[in-house]
Amino acid sequence: MADEPIVVAEALRKRFGATQALDGLDLAVPAGTVCGVLGPNGAGKTTAVRILATLADADSGRARVAGHDVAAEPDRVRARIGLAGQYAAVDEKLTGRGNLRMFGRLYHLSRRDARARADELLERFGLTDAADRQVAGYSGGMRRRLDLIASLILRPQVLFLDEPTTGLDPRSRGEIWDAVRGLVADGTTVLLTTQYLDEADRLADDIAVVDHGRVIATGTPDELKSSIGDRLDVVLEDPESAPGAAAVLHRLSGAYPELEGDRLSAALTRGTVRLADAVRELDRAGVAVGDVALRRPTLDEVFLRLTGRPAEAAAGEADPGGGSGHESGSEREAAGARRKETVR
Amino acid sequence: MTAPVLPAPPPSWSGRLRWTLTDGLTLVGREVGRIRQEPGELVAALIFPAIMVVLFGYVFGSAISVPGGGNYREYLMPGLFAMVTFTSTMAVTMRVATDASRGVMDRFRSMPMARSAVPFGQTGADILSGVLAMVIMAAAGLLVGWRAHRGIVPTAEAFLLLALMRYALGWAGCYLGLMVRNEQTADQLIPLVFPVTMVSNSFVPTGGMPAALQAIADWNPVSALTAACRQLFGNPGAPAGDPAWPVAHPVLASVLWSVALLAVFMPLSVRTYQRRGR
Repeated sequence: MADEPIVVAEALRKRFGATQALDGLDLAVPAGTVCGVLGPNGAGKTTAVRILATLADADSGRARVAGHDVAAEPDRVRARIGLAGQYAAVDEKLTGRGNLRMFGRLYHLSRRDARARADELLERFGLTDAADRQVAGYSGGMRRRLDLIASLILRPQVLFLDEPTTGLDPRSRGEIWDAVRGLVADGTTVLLTTQYLDEADRLADDIAVVDHGRVIATGTPDELKSSIGDRLDVVLEDPESAPGAAAVLHRLSGAYPELEGDRLSAALTRGTVRLADAVRELDRAGVAVGDVALRRPTLDEVFLRLTGRPAEAAAGEADPGGGSGHESGSEREAAGARRKETVR
Repeated sequence: MTAPVLPAPPPSWSGRLRWTLTDGLTLVGREVGRIRQEPGELVAALIFPAIMVVLFGYVFGSAISVPGGGNYREYLMPGLFAMVTFTSTMAVTMRVATDASRGVMDRFRSMPMARSAVPFGQTGADILSGVLAMVIMAAAGLLVGWRAHRGIVPTAEAFLLLALMRYALGWAGCYLGLMVRNEQTADQLIPLVFPVTMVSNSFVPTGGMPAALQAIADWNPVSALTAACRQLFGNPGAPAGDPAWPVAHPVLASVLWSVALLAVFMPLSVRTYQRRGR
């Protein structure tokens, strides 16, 4: 069946004690695409990946990966998937090459094939120089790359990446992104969970936004951005004029604008606004502006709208059961998010 | 780029058994690889028993008199063999807990490996260090005057008994590691094993202990193993009077302890490994 998505989840539920980690999660990933699963900590992303990768059983619901049911035929699924996680799941005491040879043998490659495959992957992902050093001495980015290539030994049809770049510096993150793009070019389907919206924006063909154990929105990054409308941004010359400018923007857009530094930003919930009208109205209200611009929303703004929380604040929550769904401005600040306030 | 042939999951139970064996052997090979990378760690682990021989043999030994007479170091060596066998449990616990907390175990479980290969491999890998530890201990013992007096067969039996107990304890350690799933916790458990080995007949006769402690010491599997080694090596310290059953029949008691440990912890470990996170 060429048309069946290569990863299908139907109404997955999973409860851990008092926490409903998954609450009817549906997902469909077409072959050869990158699906970004976005959501705050505790939204159920990792639980979903663990079920799809046969590490955990769902309480109810069905999931098929590469044409096989994860509960009924876990071995067939395992032979067709790769899993790389937040933790570099390699043996720190072995060398990079030693790790890959061991995992190759555990995938039941012959000794010779396991060696050849290890050399090939090290070469392709630029780890040949470090191959014979102990992993304990690797940088965070190198470990993550080794973890990634350990999941590629069998050329998986589906690769699950659970927050592959969390905690990495921008350069290492770029290297992982390049590696993922290369795999997709080879035809691998990638399901990627992430808290970083720019990561999803750059890598994913489709995005599924997950909150409280279910998918609350799906679409391409563009579709998701269009769904919440464009933004009108105004840079104020004088911060004191914010209330007056906010009133103008509210009248034009129908939304309550957010103030970030000297920039006011409002979602255009009632369709678009002509830039000239905005400039004239602001001028009439006596607001001196440095810049007025119409722009597409960022995924951050999409995320904020859909989940009621900014992505980074949500990511900072310690509560593994997911946030309560609302939060005050002070909590947002405490969570280290950018300081934004809604001006009413 | 060459794509490796996708190995099909074995259809038959014999195929599964073969995978279990080859996967288990690969994991034993992993242990060899680790030792080759960090030989210092092995040396440290092996020096410890040698230090114990000197410490107990000469420091404590100078003040302890052996019941029924005899050289204290001859009395001591079977106790040290038994103690090292029991403390080695924690090495398996550490390895398993480290794999669990670092995500290596999740990777194993996401691979088309034989399900029971990981616990079998982890416990099997410990046999390597067990054999090395026994060789070093025996050499240190010979240096300080310990001898096996009853000939080759009873001596071999003693070492087999030690190996059997160590393997059985490895499974208990594996289960413990699967339960704690955290290397820090496992690390904190290590000092707890030491007193367990001390409340026994390994270093001092139990006759002088308070009654309650003596009962614990006599039924401690460490005591049975120590007494069995003394009997098979022909070392001094045979129990006098009316000893508790495990000390009176130490070889049988040690075998029974080992079988019981295996019967309990083998299925528990395999099941816990397979169901972890489910």
